[in-house]
Amino acid sequence: MKRESDLAVRRRTRRDWEEETLRPALARSPERLPEFTTLSSMPIERLYTAEDLEGWDPDEKLGLPGEYPYTRGPYPSMYRGRLWTMRQFSGFGTARDTNRRYRYLLDHGQTGLSVAFDMPTLMGLDPDDPRALGEVGREGVAIATLADMEALFEGIPLAEVSTSMTINAPAAVLLAMYLAVARRQKADWKQLRGTIQNDILKEYIAQKEWIFPPRPSLRIIVDMIAFCTEQVPNWNTISISGYHIREAGSTAAQELAFTLADGIGYVQAAVDAGLDVDSFAPRLSFFFNSHSDFFEEIAKFRAARRIWSKVMRHRFRARDPRSWALRTHAQTAGCSLTAQQPHNNVVRVALQALSAVLGGTQSLHTNSMDETLGLPTEKAVTIALRTQQILAEETGISSTIDPLAGSYFVESLTDRMEREALDLIDAIDRMGGIVPAIEQGFPQREIAEASFRYQQQIERGEKTMVGVNRYTEDAGQAIEVLKIPPSVEGTQVRRLGQVRRTRDPVAHGRALKDLVDAAGTGANLMPPILRAVEAYASLGEICGALKTILGEYHEEKTYF
Amino acid sequence: MRERGGGERKLRLLVGKVGLDGHDRGAKIIARALRDAGFEVIYTGLHQTPEMVVATAIQEDVDAISLSILSGAHNTLFPRVLDLLRAENARIPVFGGGIIPVEDILLLKKAGVQAIFTPGASMQEVVEWVRANIGPRAAGKEGVRRKRRLPSRSASPKTRRRSGRRKK
Repeated sequence: MKRESDLAVRRRTRRDWEEETLRPALARSPERLPEFTTLSSMPIERLYTAEDLEGWDPDEKLGLPGEYPYTRGPYPSMYRGRLWTMRQFSGFGTARDTNRRYRYLLDHGQTGLSVAFDMPTLMGLDPDDPRALGEVGREGVAIATLADMEALFEGIPLAEVSTSMTINAPAAVLLAMYLAVARRQKADWKQLRGTIQNDILKEYIAQKEWIFPPRPSLRIIVDMIAFCTEQVPNWNTISISGYHIREAGSTAAQELAFTLADGIGYVQAAVDAGLDVDSFAPRLSFFFNSHSDFFEEIAKFRAARRIWSKVMRHRFRARDPRSWALRTHAQTAGCSLTAQQPHNNVVRVALQALSAVLGGTQSLHTNSMDETLGLPTEKAVTIALRTQQILAEETGISSTIDPLAGSYFVESLTDRMEREALDLIDAIDRMGGIVPAIEQGFPQREIAEASFRYQQQIERGEKTMVGVNRYTEDAGQAIEVLKIPPSVEGTQVRRLGQVRRTRDPVAHGRALKDLVDAAGTGANLMPPILRAVEAYASLGEICGALKTILGEYHEEKTYF
Repeated sequence: MRERGGGERKLRLLVGKVGLDGHDRGAKIIARALRDAGFEVIYTGLHQTPEMVVATAIQEDVDAISLSILSGAHNTLFPRVLDLLRAENARIPVFGGGIIPVEDILLLKKAGVQAIFTPGASMQEVVEWVRANIGPRAAGKEGVRRKRRLPSRSASPKTRRRSGRRKK
């Protein structure tokens, strides 16, 4: 008897509940909105129950931590074994200014370095180039020659830290400079740990710091992969990045799809060049945004791991499980921060960081509250770092692995995110892959469309930004803003002039000529780039020489 | 060859992205909002130098130039564009937007930038400002529609009226 009544209770379906319990309640007081959606406008149901996971097989969808399909995390012990790396991206002014900030961060418990380069460096231009006017040292550190790189890492033993460098179009040159500094420090290249972003495809899609056209750029990347696989085996050769795609205005599913499609593009290019997939795939890493919609972001991280493991195992036939596991860095969403009531940004960042950790990230950058106004002050960056330390050591979230697994809602959302991303990846495959898709402007258009739609939603009040379109205040909140002195440009130009005067002109000229010759053949470009760097050729000279052979990229100037 | 006169021709606006940074999200949204509001929009694309922007503006005979700057180089790039326009004797009003601190906005306005929109400004705000402040340029004449409440012709017409409120 008892058992039968239990069953009866269990058999009550969601429909029964909707009819008998919900409907009268809604008649008395309706819901706040006609429909609920995520930040990316993905529809959200009122309630998720076991019915949503009918036929859902946890062995197939989740697996176990450190095992295929890695939904629960790339490592067996996750944060119980080792906390995520707290890695604050920073760089400004001259190499010497940034070197001081790095030593400060290392002294305060930061566990890895992350180099932000200024715009001229990102574009492969020297500080005295007319296009660099006003930009030197402003959004990151200015690096023109090996002499600057030496100053940047002075007193920091490269064999002991792990360094991430956010550089793409001229990545090969900056990596060569890093290796040259390591060589001078007598550090073994085989011990160097770190990541170079080196993700040119997302530059055409979103961040837009390019030099060469897509195909020659891919050739350089494959050269770097081949070189590092042999000589710098612990270096992550590409950080395949969705962060910028999202910042440019994509939805979460677009971020996921375009990023993984870029990843597929790199693996395909390397395989086509004759590399064995398992020789390099374990050194590919990812970089995702952690935005404001809490569960949507968690689902995105989990879906990313599941899709990538299937792609690597089935599409590319990788046999090494390390090739299947997606490891990722995350950064909280810069575009979600507001100049209005800037202290609120501390709260946004904390919640976004929490999603990234619950999503299982391997390293994390938390933005500083003042980053809509300028580069962060030391005080603001310290609060951002403390936010991570509080999450890691006070909240208890790092005590168990993937704590949200099995949630009807989180699993349903993870599945939906996977489906939407796979549909977009299929569309890109039908265009012939990510390079033709970029050449046709497909991801660029999709992102511009999504970003315009979101702006309209903000202006119509359909989406909320506290302090911007709701709960606004007239009075400004005073906040300290970091000022970069305009003198940096002059200092940097003088420094470069000095290097040009004191280097050996014969060795310099020969190195650049060898580089151009190598670019004209199919030779690996890393060794001649290293020789040019060690002859103190500047970044602008090296990229300029390569441009003569590889060409230059020009975007299509459309805004819709 | 373009039609002149009638006073009702579409305003031609140049949306320029100067500087080396790739943050074109704002510029593209503004370009589209201005187009949807009925203006003719010429978008320069990324990584433009002040020289390139001014050359395009003159060649396209635009009624105003709007610049998007998020790289922190605004104190260099805005004045450079204004100087080049003056050197060309082209009286094209310049406004813009980006991550620009309050103190810099005041200086840029003194230098002759008509308006600066900062993060949080709506598309509607920008469109309304253009409607209220930009008029078709007759050759050689001041492009800014003179405001009735401004007592006299000014070399650098002020727009403080609106912007003071916008800054938080």
